[in-house]
Amino acid sequence: MKVLVTVKRVIDFNVKIRVKSDNTGVETANVKMSMNPFDEIAVEEGVRLREAGTVSDLIAVSMGPPACQETIRTALAMGCDRGILVESDVDLQPLAVAKLLKALVERENPDLVILGKQAIDDDSNQTGQMLAALLGWPQGTFAFKLVLADGAAEVTREIDGGLETVSLKMPAVITTDLRLNTPRYASLPNIMKAKKKAIDVLSPDELGVDVTPRLTTLKVEEPSKRQAGVMVGSVAELVDKLRNEAKVI
Amino acid sequence: MGILVVAEHDNDALKAATLNTVAAGGELGEVSVLVAGADCRAVAEAAARVAGVANVLLADAEIYAHPLAESLAPLVAGLASAYSHLLAPAATFGKNLMPRVAALLDVAQISDVIGIEGADTFVRPIYAGNALATVRSADAIKVITVRGTAFDAAAPDGGNAAIEDIPAAEDPGLSRFVGHELTKSERPELTSARVVISGGRGMQSGEKFALLEEIADKLGGAVGASRAAVDAGFVPNDYQVGQTGKVVAPDLYVAVGISGAIQHLAGMKDSKVIVAINKDEDAPIFQIADYGLVADLFKALPELSAELDKQR
Repeated sequence: MKVLVTVKRVIDFNVKIRVKSDNTGVETANVKMSMNPFDEIAVEEGVRLREAGTVSDLIAVSMGPPACQETIRTALAMGCDRGILVESDVDLQPLAVAKLLKALVERENPDLVILGKQAIDDDSNQTGQMLAALLGWPQGTFAFKLVLADGAAEVTREIDGGLETVSLKMPAVITTDLRLNTPRYASLPNIMKAKKKAIDVLSPDELGVDVTPRLTTLKVEEPSKRQAGVMVGSVAELVDKLRNEAKVI
Repeated sequence: MGILVVAEHDNDALKAATLNTVAAGGELGEVSVLVAGADCRAVAEAAARVAGVANVLLADAEIYAHPLAESLAPLVAGLASAYSHLLAPAATFGKNLMPRVAALLDVAQISDVIGIEGADTFVRPIYAGNALATVRSADAIKVITVRGTAFDAAAPDGGNAAIEDIPAAEDPGLSRFVGHELTKSERPELTSARVVISGGRGMQSGEKFALLEEIADKLGGAVGASRAAVDAGFVPNDYQVGQTGKVVAPDLYVAVGISGAIQHLAGMKDSKVIVAINKDEDAPIFQIADYGLVADLFKALPELSAELDKQR
């Protein structure tokens, strides 16, 4: 079985982001970049399927500037077999990414595409669902558990009221939620080995995809800040304030 | 061109966030509501009574008994040409469905909208709400998920819309519902509760969440959790408040044993009054709390429970 996993290069989740003073975006110069945490879970799920013998070819895909090769290398060090970078300087929005992925799926014919449910930069939570729509495949979003058997993917999903299990005809698109697995750290020998693994570099033109953004960002601003309030000395004082000052209980 | 709101419901009742989504739609134009389900006429009747709803489309068919995106997306996309905007609540239902609808229509989707500046211009949070982006869509049809806490709910009564039965779309047969395990609770829904009390890693175990439940019940509130508490296995994921969980904005939010990572703040910082109880006086949560109490939560929670019984 062949599986494609997607990895996005984003500002590290520990970094406190700064809005640019001209309100055109968020400062990314000299900021630590990492693999989107949900994509680490996607890679881990693919690697586990590979270790279980279910998958023989595990491909990590990233899109964006040349530096995304680093993110692919991380995925290769975790256990992916090879990488594909779709190189572009354009702001690649979810619909464009889904179209590029569809073109790659048509070249590679994987049985499963596993994506993070959401990237922690634009917080869109769209690409997996869009890819599934474009391919006419089913989608197992926000996956908590994935079981492959008899040409079907049984996916237990995190939903607002609890968990829901659906059975999807393969091929299928899966997006990962937090509890699906705990991603591994790449070992030093595996990091060294990953340097020798192949990364193909393609362009949107080669894939025949128009990636023109549909959304224009007019401005990016800081949200209004909450001011720290008062410290209270006791539970009794707290309840008194909530009853008589804030009047919320 | 009207606005189509896709109702979130459980075949018995509308989910509360649908009312906020109707209100957001009302800022854009005349609102129609689509109710797709099975044996769900009661939901359509409830939607028809919502203030500001001009008409209700009811697709009542067995294939919609469970909200599978594979079945619903062709139905919604098939209706789209009569509307300028398609809206759904930004809950797991809408987040699963609307990007699929948008891709079928070859348009962008705009997630988690918190402000409407015009027919094509919307405000949405990025980077866990640490920045707000104003975006303009170039597409003919705007497909949007709405953050419920950013819009007041439409009144559930006062409307008198007509209900129009519409046929189901062809079922692509790609997916099948197998089962679900829903958290049973007598407490209000986390996203619409007036009071939310959440626990973090400081709670130390799932059993200790009973301390929070006791207080939630005295205040008529819901119980939430930080990602750390979910990761530690104390409570199920549907308790999670934060960037990747639920977004809440109650009148009162009580954070207990939660340090205040930005990912958690993203889910609760629009609450009206925030209380933090933590034994670490340097915890970042105190920087955004209206009332802070440095205390051992295992002492403070029983005290709080007892105090709430007094002077009623």
